Amino acid sequence: MERARKLARVGTECVACGQCAAVCPRGAIRVWRGVRARVEAGQCVGCGLCAAACPAAVITLEVRGGET
Amino acid sequence: MKKKKWYDYLWVAELSYLVLGLFNILFAWLGMLFFTIPLLVAIFGGSKAYCNRYCGRGQLLGILGKKLGLSRNVPPPRFLRSLWFRYGFLAFFMFMFGRMLYGTWKVFAGAPLQKSVTLLWAFKLPWQWPRMDMAAPWFAQYAFGFFGVMLTSTVLGLLTMVLFRPRSWCVYCPMGTMTQGICRLKAKKEEPKDGRTGAEDCRAAETAGQ
Repeated sequence: MERARKLARVGTECVACGQCAAVCPRGAIRVWRGVRARVEAGQCVGCGLCAAACPAAVITLEVRGGET
Repeated sequence: MKKKKWYDYLWVAELSYLVLGLFNILFAWLGMLFFTIPLLVAIFGGSKAYCNRYCGRGQLLGILGKKLGLSRNVPPPRFLRSLWFRYGFLAFFMFMFGRMLYGTWKVFAGAPLQKSVTLLWAFKLPWQWPRMDMAAPWFAQYAFGFFGVMLTSTVLGLLTMVLFRPRSWCVYCPMGTMTQGICRLKAKKEEPKDGRTGAEDCRAAETAGQ
């Protein structure tokens, strides 16, 4: 399945606004201690909803274990 | 679809606040809640729960931009999320806030009340001030100044909502920058049980996400 091969990755300029966590259908992304969002790799299905919702555009989708 | 919670309707509070200020400027004081709650949550809770869930302004921008389709919904320019811009904007905002406090002090010391709201730090809008007897002049002066701060940030939020993504304001919101800074400091201070520092833990989380 193509989608499951992808994984969200949060850039270092994350502002920890939590919009990604609010839209994630699997609860795979959470804001860690108000510092930045972090992705639970096992839960992420690479749907890209978080990337689309991120106001700072710092979330990208990558192929697991490979390049974007 | 996620079930709506009570805090999903806090945009009503934000909208009411802006409308109430038109009727009586003294309602501007209620805006102190929007300043103090996120700070208290960050200082004592070590989180950005206010930004994440309870920010009425963010919700309002989300509704206008996403549901009403007023946003172009394109990624904002990179500089907007850079640390130098975010902290620079915070410093500028704090400087202007300090000037507002100085204005309040001057009125407290006997200067006449300035019955106007300053928008975007430059434009003085004449404002209705119907009840002169309700409060001390310095109390009213602070309300005029504070409402100007709130209106200015709302206008900037609306502007970036239209130009970029709906909640682009969240990227450079001074309160968000300040609370994230506090959370960073707290995370660095408190070492997790496994002995890793906050920064190391964050890097480990990033690695796990690869």
